[in-house]
Amino acid sequence: MSEAREGRWQPGFADQPLHSEIFASAGDAGGAGLALALARDALCIANESGDPLAEKQDRRQVLWVQDRRAIQRSGRPYRHGLPSELRDRIIHVEAKNPEDALFALEEGLKCRDFACVIGEISGNPRALDFTSSRRLSLAAEKHGVALWLVRLDAVPELSSARMRWRVEPAPSTSPRWNAAAPGDPQWKAELFRARSHAPGQWILRNDTGRLQARRPSDPVAANTQDIGDLVRPTVGRSLAAVARM
Amino acid sequence: MAIWFARLSVDRWRLSQGCEAGEGVDALPTALITETAHGPRIEAVNDAGHSSGAQPGMMLADARTLCPDIQTAPADPAGDLDTLEKLALWSQRWGPWSALDPPDGVLVDITAAAHLFGGETRMLADVEAAFAKRRLSARAAIASTAGAAWALAHFGPRQAILGPGDNALRCLTDLPIAALRLDQDVLTVLRRLGLKRLGDLAAIATGAINRDEAAARDAIHRRFRNRRSPSANPLVRLDQLLGRVPEPLLPVIPHHAPMVQRRLMEPIRHRSLLDQVLADLADDMVRELEGRGEGARRLELGLWRVDGEVMVRHLELASATREAAHITRLFADRLDDVDAGFGIETVRLRASWAEPLGVSQADVEQAVERHGTSLNACIDRLTVRLGPDAVRRPVPYASHLPERAHSWQPALAAEPSSQAMLEFHQRPLKMLDKPEGIAVLYASPDGLPQRFRWRGNVHEVARAEGPERIAPEWWRERSTVRLRDYYRIEDVMGRRYWIYRHGIAGDGRGGAPDWYLQGLYA
Repeated sequence: MSEAREGRWQPGFADQPLHSEIFASAGDAGGAGLALALARDALCIANESGDPLAEKQDRRQVLWVQDRRAIQRSGRPYRHGLPSELRDRIIHVEAKNPEDALFALEEGLKCRDFACVIGEISGNPRALDFTSSRRLSLAAEKHGVALWLVRLDAVPELSSARMRWRVEPAPSTSPRWNAAAPGDPQWKAELFRARSHAPGQWILRNDTGRLQARRPSDPVAANTQDIGDLVRPTVGRSLAAVARM
Repeated sequence: MAIWFARLSVDRWRLSQGCEAGEGVDALPTALITETAHGPRIEAVNDAGHSSGAQPGMMLADARTLCPDIQTAPADPAGDLDTLEKLALWSQRWGPWSALDPPDGVLVDITAAAHLFGGETRMLADVEAAFAKRRLSARAAIASTAGAAWALAHFGPRQAILGPGDNALRCLTDLPIAALRLDQDVLTVLRRLGLKRLGDLAAIATGAINRDEAAARDAIHRRFRNRRSPSANPLVRLDQLLGRVPEPLLPVIPHHAPMVQRRLMEPIRHRSLLDQVLADLADDMVRELEGRGEGARRLELGLWRVDGEVMVRHLELASATREAAHITRLFADRLDDVDAGFGIETVRLRASWAEPLGVSQADVEQAVERHGTSLNACIDRLTVRLGPDAVRRPVPYASHLPERAHSWQPALAAEPSSQAMLEFHQRPLKMLDKPEGIAVLYASPDGLPQRFRWRGNVHEVARAEGPERIAPEWWRERSTVRLRDYYRIEDVMGRRYWIYRHGIAGDGRGGAPDWYLQGLYA
């Protein structure tokens, strides 16, 4: 049946939703991790399929909004743990309450200079009802800025988000050099409400900016173990990259 | 070039009385006095007062015994300084910049400007004529250093010129020691030492011919060794006069802050009317700024109430801006707590800090609506509502302690340069503000953790890597601070954490080490 159904979600679809919600527990950083992975995947796709006149390297800022309770429960983003291409592009907003966080999210969506907006709101505050989520959807679609809203310890209520995920951490890949150590993160993500896709469950992981998915029932292929980056990736400015051009 | 207004306060008083020198009120002996703790003291006297025996610095009672019919008028030092500032600006007609020399002098830099006036001699004549036309007595002198020009203006011959080729020491050797711009107590010391002329001091300070003179030189160097301020040290002043050490001067620069205001026919008490006035003021301000090619960085809105209250609202902008709608919107958030009382009668908008901003095509409001706001405008809106400390950016900081290795700075400030982190260090995506204590079960005190309890949940450790030992920063912290052994761990559910053991058993800095959870991996 699943083969017959059109529009089954898979990573790399070009029609990225502009307003997604990710439900996660505050006791781990899986929600923020998946939000970043989805955002990076979406930015990669936009870069590849975007107009050829755009800059090769996306230098736009990323707005990361947290309300105070989310900071207490799950911490702030840590610069040295962020993906290397986002490290110097994060603008962090610490909102006192969910109302201020929603204001900051909407202002961020109205700004044309942001690559995307990531929000973290804890619980089910009264301010975040269907009307306000509709406001966010409309602002995101009007200005074309994507919003990834992480809901920590929240119950899925009525919302106008185009895709709604529920995420738990999954055991990580086994690294090549030290089998006893944790490897690259993986998440067990369930898409339980989407406007144009059927729901489903995947094990997702991030592979140098792109998202890789497999079904939870699929066995892990024997040769997919993570060998890590043996050579540092050259980023834009290296002499070799210039010489090749 | 130094210009000395020898009788500035008396001239000002005479001009305010509206009479010529030696006529009318000025014909009577008059003293300008200030009130001191010991009674009125004379600050300045006019010519008639001078000839009748009154001296500046005398008490008024002493002057009355010499001249019983002396008239008094209050001195006005603040007004004198104000006039001096105006004169300093006016003196820039002879040179590109000028500096104040309080209380009654002005220094003008005339480097490469004298030929425009037909040479230095004619320039000095022009200066004296210009001030004579304003009925101020002024003495001017030109020299290659500010100190020498000052000395010549105060104590030299009229219209003295000291060219760069002249030997300054030889020309100035007969001037009294007061020409060095020294404090009164230093002058007293030098007078008691018998040093009365510049030449006396210069001979001692520079050369040594025999043993006695060398001893005198050493003695005077010792005497003023600890005086750092130039006006307390005659040796530094002498070097400044001869151009051996630099003497920085603070130039006077006219500055006009753009200001617009509305005086209202009817006091307003309602917010909607105030918003309208504010929008009008913002439009005027934008026009004003556009004419000057500037954008506002700081704005002050003053509201004058009918009952004598003044309310001021400040606004700082992240970058120079000239958009009326933006300014209006930012101020609208600040006006919520304004108490209009019986009404506001005057509203004034002043840009106390403006930066150059090139003229660009006006952004039509519809285009803003279509294209969204810019980054600067967005940051402004966020900081105005949430406060400046809420919108920040993480930047690296030179420390190897994890929580100090990044710091937060304003969103649009430039990132400081830093050393790259080591690539093989895997740091968590998120850090708790304060590490939370956990209860850990371990096989051996130094070994890997096996199970821990955090926030009431038990986590079984499935995989772990560590320890990564991070020592305290001994150059900054006390010696009893314990080191940390960090472990990256993953529990059976796949949740990944960064935990550390604070200290090791038996390190002599406390009892059994505690465990903390500090970071959450993605």
